[in-house]
Amino acid sequence: MSAPTRIKPPLGPDNAWWWEMAAEGKLGIQRCQGCSRLRHPPRPMCGDCRSIKWEAVEACGRGTICSFTVLTHPQFPGYEYPLIIILVDLEEGTRLTSQLINCDPADVAFGLPVEMVIHTDPDGFNIPVFQLAEAR
Amino acid sequence: MAYSLKDKTAIAGIGLTPFSKKSGVSELSLAAQCIVAACEDAGIDPGAVDGMVTYTLDNSEEVDVARAIGANDLTYFSRVHYGGGAAVGTVLQAAMAVATGQAETVVCYRAMNGRSGKRMGQGISGQIINSGLIHYSWYMAYGMLIPGSWIAMIANKYMQEYGVTREDLGRVAISQRNYAQANPRAYGYGKPLSMEEYLASPPIASPLCLYDFCQETDGGCAVIVTSAERARDLRKSPAVIRGISQASTRGQEEMTSFYREELTSLPEMELAGQRAYAMAGLEAKDIDAACLYDAFSSEVIMQLESFGFCGQGEGKDMVLDGALDIDGRLPNNTHGGLLSEAYIHGMNNIAEGVRLVRGDSTSQPAKAVEHVLVSSGVGVPTGALILGRD
Ligand SMILES: [Zn+2]
Repeated sequence: MSAPTRIKPPLGPDNAWWWEMAAEGKLGIQRCQGCSRLRHPPRPMCGDCRSIKWEAVEACGRGTICSFTVLTHPQFPGYEYPLIIILVDLEEGTRLTSQLINCDPADVAFGLPVEMVIHTDPDGFNIPVFQLAEAR
Repeated sequence: MAYSLKDKTAIAGIGLTPFSKKSGVSELSLAAQCIVAACEDAGIDPGAVDGMVTYTLDNSEEVDVARAIGANDLTYFSRVHYGGGAAVGTVLQAAMAVATGQAETVVCYRAMNGRSGKRMGQGISGQIINSGLIHYSWYMAYGMLIPGSWIAMIANKYMQEYGVTREDLGRVAISQRNYAQANPRAYGYGKPLSMEEYLASPPIASPLCLYDFCQETDGGCAVIVTSAERARDLRKSPAVIRGISQASTRGQEEMTSFYREELTSLPEMELAGQRAYAMAGLEAKDIDAACLYDAFSSEVIMQLESFGFCGQGEGKDMVLDGALDIDGRLPNNTHGGLLSEAYIHGMNNIAEGVRLVRGDSTSQPAKAVEHVLVSSGVGVPTGALILGRD
């Protein structure tokens, strides 16, 4: 039996494109083609103008930590603990939930600048995560 | 003018099974037992039950329950979604069914082998269908799998914003554990909790530690809703439904409303409270006691603000003042709550609300309790209920 891996996102018309961009090393944001507003998490209709036309744009990958939690228990196979989960306010204005890597849990704090990096699992799965911007 | 449910219906009976970590019986058995107990409490023959409302999460089918308890023909049955957010919603469904003549005796129930069977704390696994699956996929892939992790993200932001400390959360957990010392049904009965023990408990999802989490439980709880008029002729004094509402607000997600501009309040709880107060013709100052949903300790402090018992950021000060304790401004979860009695998805908090109004809680405040506020799940589409003494 191969090593356990993280739970893979089920893919449908509303979200597969985001993970396909991740597979190419990009962080995607959905942009409404009716009113040009950005939105995340993706959804099929714009709640502002009700357009179902949208396009994917690539985020610059820079943002700041809006909130975070350090997970220690229970520990699920396929993830490394302690696991730092963060909410990132992207420069583009949307917010997303992600992981902070290469960081001691004691060093994570509100408002710290972070930058996106693509993490590749042993099974080849790509997922956008973040590291502290100073860690460059 | 819109039709008002105010004072039209009442909770006439409450019923519980014993709470345990391993019931040894099926969830259907728990459901049937707690419903029959609720009928007994009300002085109603189970053969009179003609309506049923439960949670979408409940595994016992209405028709199976109906056959088990020997119910009447059913003329109303429905379910409410969103985990513990359903609690008050089930009562609202029942009250509307009774008030509109769809049924006379509606039972709301939730029965679960929540510890020995499928544990809520084990979170999501990818085995979800429909749009909920896509929703949770944004968290599953990152390992954010359990309710505590979703609540922790909001709790951390809230605590940072208002300087809420671990000790503040501990005061909530300890207050409720103190109540459990008087309640033999409670998990926490005979297990007092000190601040030292609380602070030394292992971290789960920072800033939340072990004692900030509710008790996964096997057990069932049911309440009987009927007309206020009929309830007056039954065995126990009615807990009149004075105000009630469900609420889900803009930007709402199930557990992960992380994308609103502000993360340090509970807008769905505020809306539910405003609507329940408006229906009842009451304000926060009129509420004598509460059963605020408490799957996690941090939720109680935030709700004190949502329901207008204090200003934004002042919840921790109310707790420090002892407001939640038996001689305080707002005795809260006097049975021990989900933290220290049992986690029956909030249905047991509704039952305690009924006891407080009747005056027979195991920790009944010395003051007169005219109105009790009960809330449903936090972080999900939710609801608020104001019960009044007849
Ligand atoms: Zn638009």
